[in-house]
Amino acid sequence: MIPKSGNRLSDKIMRPQDAMSLAGAPSQPQEYLRSLSRWHPLEIAFWLATLLPFFLFPTYLSLASQIAVAALFALSLDIILGYAGIVSLGHAAFFGIGAYAAGLFSKFVWGEPFSGLLIAAAMAALIGYLTSFIIARFRHLTLIMITLGLGLLLAEAANSAGWLTGGSDGLQGVKIWPVFGYFKFDLYGTTAYGYSLAVLFLVFLAVRRLIHSPFGLSLRGIRENWTRMPAVGADSRAHIRKAYTIAAAIAGIAGAVIAQTTQTVSLEALSFERSADVLVMLVLGGAGRLYGGLVGAIIFMVARDQFSGIAPQYWYFGIGILLILVVMLLPNGILGGLAKLTARWSRK
Amino acid sequence: MKIMRIAAAGLLASAVGITAANAQKTIKIGVVLPYSGQFADGAKQVDEGIKLYMKQHGDTVAGKKIEIIRKDTGGIAPPVAKRLAEELVVRDNVDILAGWLLTPNAIAGCGVSAEAKKVSVIMNAATSIIVDKSPYCTRTSFTLPMVTTTLGTWAAKNGVKKAYTMVSDFAPGHDAEQGFINGFKAAGGEIVGSVRMAVANPDFSAYVQRAKDLNPEAIFVFIPGGAQPAAIGKAFAERGIDTKKTKVFGTGELTDDSALKNMGDTALNIITAWAYDHNLKNKLNLDFVAAYKKEFGGDNPNFFSAGGYDGMALIYEALKKTKGDADADKLIGAMKGTKWVSPRGPMMIDPETRDVVETIYIRRVEKVGGKLVNVDFSKVENVKDPVHEAMKKK
Repeated sequence: MIPKSGNRLSDKIMRPQDAMSLAGAPSQPQEYLRSLSRWHPLEIAFWLATLLPFFLFPTYLSLASQIAVAALFALSLDIILGYAGIVSLGHAAFFGIGAYAAGLFSKFVWGEPFSGLLIAAAMAALIGYLTSFIIARFRHLTLIMITLGLGLLLAEAANSAGWLTGGSDGLQGVKIWPVFGYFKFDLYGTTAYGYSLAVLFLVFLAVRRLIHSPFGLSLRGIRENWTRMPAVGADSRAHIRKAYTIAAAIAGIAGAVIAQTTQTVSLEALSFERSADVLVMLVLGGAGRLYGGLVGAIIFMVARDQFSGIAPQYWYFGIGILLILVVMLLPNGILGGLAKLTARWSRK
Repeated sequence: MKIMRIAAAGLLASAVGITAANAQKTIKIGVVLPYSGQFADGAKQVDEGIKLYMKQHGDTVAGKKIEIIRKDTGGIAPPVAKRLAEELVVRDNVDILAGWLLTPNAIAGCGVSAEAKKVSVIMNAATSIIVDKSPYCTRTSFTLPMVTTTLGTWAAKNGVKKAYTMVSDFAPGHDAEQGFINGFKAAGGEIVGSVRMAVANPDFSAYVQRAKDLNPEAIFVFIPGGAQPAAIGKAFAERGIDTKKTKVFGTGELTDDSALKNMGDTALNIITAWAYDHNLKNKLNLDFVAAYKKEFGGDNPNFFSAGGYDGMALIYEALKKTKGDADADKLIGAMKGTKWVSPRGPMMIDPETRDVVETIYIRRVEKVGGKLVNVDFSKVENVKDPVHEAMKKK
């Protein structure tokens, strides 16, 4: 029996297994999933707040747009790392594939942004699907090494294929048409933010649906006990392949959005730093939570912008301190800490 | 409704801000450089060049106060570079963009320069095409083909008939290779072989052995700075390449101060072409080096510092011409054809391409007073970017 408290904030942002233990054994899994997928007022408030930069910070929209892209990328990593327990240090591979696919598409076919986005997602999903057969066979440390290696291989391949990618000078000739043929990507970043935010929101809706489905639940099962899931009828490897392909497609979309909104693509899109940064964002915000990557991306990017404004040479120092504090004091990320606090508060 | 009112107020405020900035007696220069990350050292030196120029020439020109706003890209990151340039324009209301150590970032910055109509001064990035990306982009460093094509031509004219090239397999390596081969062949030389080496490959012995087997009169090398010059110096010594008999050619990065420190005596007799060295003996440079060392704690200035220093020189000279008007059309108009004398010699901005025209020095590594230095023994004056020259002919 699930009480009405299913709509409480603590249940929203806590990992489901915590919620289960709080609410007692769930008798009706469908009802449990349905209770999770109900919209909490705070979620609505969060998405309304994402519109505020248009009015409050009209000169920060370029930054806001890149935060939205980082959030989308972190959301994609969250699916595999936070929900399915696949550790990846090479997730930038798909980001880069998306960026190059969108860039090349605009250069050789046409510059319409939405079709570019679809092509990028398809390309990233294809490569993701192919590599998922390797990914699904391994766990933990081996996975870190494999994803790292795949990421580096791809970066080197893009460097060698200078005739196609422009190598270390970056891809030249990226031209994106105005969105709907009307909204030109402008200096203030108004169109860029509108576009990135819309894409982020739509993808978020899809991911939210996915995570609150039986498929999402079995991913969490795989994360907790990989060998046991097949015994309850969920083939771990097939699930991991699906999750990995979906995450790759979303990372590809994120890469495509940054390529389109800035009209630049370079090897940096595939770099190890990008893979590492997105991991840091997710850990900061809280892995295994829908809003973890989003909150982490906001904090990381804003902190980076502010720190580097104060002392350009030392901004990583600030990020480092922040990361150490969060990992030490809030092992489940900032959202994990908040969830604990609200849970304690609501129990009183 | 309230939100709309706030928005309107915000827009109004920013509009007022823009006009107020124009009326003010300040000219803001937004400097975008990778102050953090693996290229931080170069960024620091460009920045020191800027600082020294402003210290020596004052922070006021044509009645306007010059204000520098610094932004960090943290390495190669064109999306970040583009955003920073946009923010400098829309938020900080800068009049001029400057800096640009790395090609991909510089290209992204030129996109903003073209759209926002702001002059952008490239103080380092050395790929030819950058200045073509905006009618308001100009450069005060050099281009890689300016150095390598000049070296190729010079080598062929000075008795080298057969050369081998070995470059790192990335875009600047390809440009360097092409530049050298073009210059060398045009002047009657013959290329006996070329190899492209993995960018992150610290062991050069196999490549050097292959070069040695072909017994060329000269070997042209282009590799990234850092740890690699020492590794290739070691490989030459181990494989028994005598730099007195087989000439080793390169660009200035191969034998800059930090590389020479690591290479030791294996660097002796390497011949490089470059636009600047602290060892140049003209009076202006002696003063520049002395002031630089005094100001920043003992290190010699290098080509990064010269690029920053001359970038400011160009901005100051052009602002004098426009009487302090930083309007992009007027300012770039004033910059075209501007001539000035720099520690590296006479400089000019080509009125047609907006690229730099300067002297390229041919130097040999020698031991002077127990220290390895690049001693210039020949030079080619008024060198223009060969890529743009070739485009003109087409």
